[in-house]
Amino acid sequence: MKPLLSVRNLSTRFDTFDGSVYAVNDVSFDLKAGETLAVVGESGSGKSVTMLSLLGLLPRSTWVTGSAIFAPEGFELDLLSVSKAELNSLRGNKISIIFQDALRSLNPVMTVGEQITESLITHHQYNKNGAHKRAVELLEMVGIAQPDKRYYAYPHMFSGGMRQRAMIAIAISCTPDILIADEPTTALDVTIQAQIVELTRRLQQDLGIAVIWITHDLGVVAGLADRVMVMYGGTGVEIAPVDLLYENPGHPYTAGLLGAIPSIAGSSADRLVSIEGAPPDLFQEPRHCQFAWRCRYVFDRCWKEKPPGYIISPGQVVKCFYDGREKTPRVEE
Amino acid sequence: MEKLLRVENISKYFDLKSGLFKFGGAQVVRAVDNVSFELYKNQTLGLVGESGCGKSTLGRVILRLQEPTSGTVYFEDTNLSLLKPEELRRFRIKMQIVFQDSYSSLNPRHSIGEIIAEPMTIHTRMTQHEIRARTYELLNLVGLKPSHASRFPHEFSGGQRQRINIARTLALYPSFVICDEPISALDVSIQAQVVNLLRDLQKELGITFLFIAHDLSMVKYISDRIAVMYLGKIMELAGSDLLFANPLHPYTQSLISAIPIPSPQEERMRKAVVLEGEVPSPVNPPAGCVFHTRCPVADDLCSSSEPDYSEHNPGHFVACHYAAVRRVE
Amino acid sequence: MITMKEQRNENNKNDLTGLLIDEESDRNIRARLWYIWRLLWRDKSGLIGLIVFLVIIFSAIFAPMLAPHDPLKIDLHASRQPPIWTEAGNPEHILGTDNLGRDLFSRIIYGSRVSIMVGFLGVSIAFSLGMMIGLFAGFKGGRTDNLIMTVTNMILALPYLVFVVFIAAVLGRSLLNVVLIFGLTNIPIFVRVTRGEVLRLREEGYIEAAISIGQKTPAIIFKHIMPNLIGPLITLATFEMSAMIFYEAGLGFLGLSVPPTVPSWGNMLAEGRQFLTVFPWMSIYPGLAIVITGFSMNLFGDWLRDVLDPRMRRMKK
Repeated sequence: MKPLLSVRNLSTRFDTFDGSVYAVNDVSFDLKAGETLAVVGESGSGKSVTMLSLLGLLPRSTWVTGSAIFAPEGFELDLLSVSKAELNSLRGNKISIIFQDALRSLNPVMTVGEQITESLITHHQYNKNGAHKRAVELLEMVGIAQPDKRYYAYPHMFSGGMRQRAMIAIAISCTPDILIADEPTTALDVTIQAQIVELTRRLQQDLGIAVIWITHDLGVVAGLADRVMVMYGGTGVEIAPVDLLYENPGHPYTAGLLGAIPSIAGSSADRLVSIEGAPPDLFQEPRHCQFAWRCRYVFDRCWKEKPPGYIISPGQVVKCFYDGREKTPRVEE
Repeated sequence: MEKLLRVENISKYFDLKSGLFKFGGAQVVRAVDNVSFELYKNQTLGLVGESGCGKSTLGRVILRLQEPTSGTVYFEDTNLSLLKPEELRRFRIKMQIVFQDSYSSLNPRHSIGEIIAEPMTIHTRMTQHEIRARTYELLNLVGLKPSHASRFPHEFSGGQRQRINIARTLALYPSFVICDEPISALDVSIQAQVVNLLRDLQKELGITFLFIAHDLSMVKYISDRIAVMYLGKIMELAGSDLLFANPLHPYTQSLISAIPIPSPQEERMRKAVVLEGEVPSPVNPPAGCVFHTRCPVADDLCSSSEPDYSEHNPGHFVACHYAAVRRVE
Repeated sequence: MITMKEQRNENNKNDLTGLLIDEESDRNIRARLWYIWRLLWRDKSGLIGLIVFLVIIFSAIFAPMLAPHDPLKIDLHASRQPPIWTEAGNPEHILGTDNLGRDLFSRIIYGSRVSIMVGFLGVSIAFSLGMMIGLFAGFKGGRTDNLIMTVTNMILALPYLVFVVFIAAVLGRSLLNVVLIFGLTNIPIFVRVTRGEVLRLREEGYIEAAISIGQKTPAIIFKHIMPNLIGPLITLATFEMSAMIFYEAGLGFLGLSVPPTVPSWGNMLAEGRQFLTVFPWMSIYPGLAIVITGFSMNLFGDWLRDVLDPRMRRMKK
């Protein structure tokens, strides 16, 4: 089956006064209809920029190369080469995005209800009454109590968790094919985070939306994702089905991240496993493996060229010259 | 075990009435409400709670960066509440704080050397040379290079900045350091670095820590004991392994249950307790037990009378009518 | 994994102490100058503003050497001569002469002295007093703050130009009076900006950090707050200075600034007014001088505002 979204060799570079920032380097991935892909990485790993590049939401003086074929039922187009107007009509309609900071994404002088209605009227042929009815339905769907009253509430009257729910209501109002969730729970408390994760999971099952869940927390991903892409220094260093990734991580960075998650079963006397060193400098054009500085298995080849994607198991692609299973450098076939 | 710090019935209320519009009755935020605990020497107490539970305020009140509304804090034999401003300023040598926001807590116009040297220039008569030597020593101690001294904060990453913050607090050999969410703004792999650094420092220098965080799982790896706060009150306090093995308070139980397990199979199998609703406003905290509005096992008793905060087992404090009787499933 | 001890030894290898660091700070200064130059080069309007502004200051300082004639020397034989490039132009007088035959070019050069003096001294007075009052209000807070800000806002609410004209009319014409008028009337703006910044800075983490390590209050103000205040205040000062130069010319035009014997741009405008239709150059050139000065300072101020705000630095236009 054809993937819903197929990104190939996406690279994004910002030109700033201090030099060029190589934010995304050669990222490729597929998204199937209805699945959840988690994109995991630390700050500066390019996970958000990747998605913003796809949606054309980056400022000027940004260079994006590669292709991103979006193929829902009925048509097919390359997100990176369509016109701004076409992209605008897709955004919020076929592809929705929710951000970490829900308060800043909502207009403070419009009621929450109006903002949902607005989206319904622009993208669909809803009349005013119909849109109002649908908006209340949506608020109820995302678990906001007393939706007919809360329709008239302003964003500042909502708590952090409710705002994120309202954002989700707007995002799903047009039943998009893809929902991109950019760290939607990072700013929320643990207990609220669990609620939002639960909500997203339920909505996805009900509506069959494909979700791209961006996060820095491998813990959340375990129960949420079908497949995971781990990003480091602007590159997708590993893509794998979720079970494979946790059981048998192929990239030293993935393994390090998994090790750094504190386990609730462990004793408090145990020492946490950390990855020494700091993330790479994105002002340098990447000419070799970006993880080489921090990698414990690093050898001379890692400093000479960028590793290509090696398929090490069905569906598991790893960009690393070191074979963790054989404990040797990979041999080219 | 020797006590370093004794917190007795500390409360901190904020009056919202000082604004321009004063209609309505008294609007008081009970940020910290009648909290007592003790801190033992060379140990770490983890203080965990959701945002707005008053954990950061509690830290600041202990150091008298904010004045408590009532209650006392004893540091060894000194009653901190009785210190005059000048005495308090001098006393700050002994107790320090690492802030959450590593970006704003370093003055962008001062070099790293100046920042770390500042406590020494205030409180000691060390010569330029001695200060420089100590600065290099501190930079080494926190895993940075002496050559970093001439650089400025914006040249460092979040984790490195937090190391600089730690170096500054250690400059004058404090015996007590509050870490106010020092890792929550950092990346996962860097969080582990900082936690390990703090543990090593404690072992080498014999510092007592109060470690404030919103993340139970990380706290476990640095704390000897953990206190769980909710709406300005301590709900449960116990040794960290004990707290995880046998949480008595429904809130602690649901917090532990909310920690994601990094294993897809287990995560799919288990049923996490998802707490309903959100934290109520501290302006009008619920009557009775403050947690009863979200508690899955609460009943009429919980909404009418407030449970005592008492020692349920030796060293295991809890504030719940049904501690160990009812469990959240 | 590297243990702490190993890492520390590793670090000690790089410890070349004093020498290395002093060299580095020297390099830092040079790097910063280079950086500032690049910032100027990127924003050409800032560069132009700065250059024009420097030329004006230069001409004010070295007026006696630059001016081809005595600006006060009356030569009725050479009166009302047009600029050099017109048919009747006299090569002696580049921009022509005024009604009394005084050389316009020389008068404009000397006139810059009044403008720059009023601008510099006026801003210095407003800057220093305004910053002190603002710091006091912002740091003290409470009732003191309320009182100071009420007075400040009351002064700001007065119609500025009417206010200035009134004082000027009462005090009479002298350079000192003009400087004092502009200096004192601009204090409230500096108070307000300083206080706002102090209130913002007081919430910064490093202020709390300074308190937590037991820093003394005066040291907090001078070491932590003041250096961070300078940026916005310098920017404000640039804009205020250009405004003062404008207003001084306005007062001069109304005959309320420096005495008529002193060559100033405002006075020249006033003198040229009655000949505007016949001998327009008498007003045009002093007018141009005012406009160019004000414009260049605003350009420079815009650039400063962008540069002194570190948040703006990374952005590319």
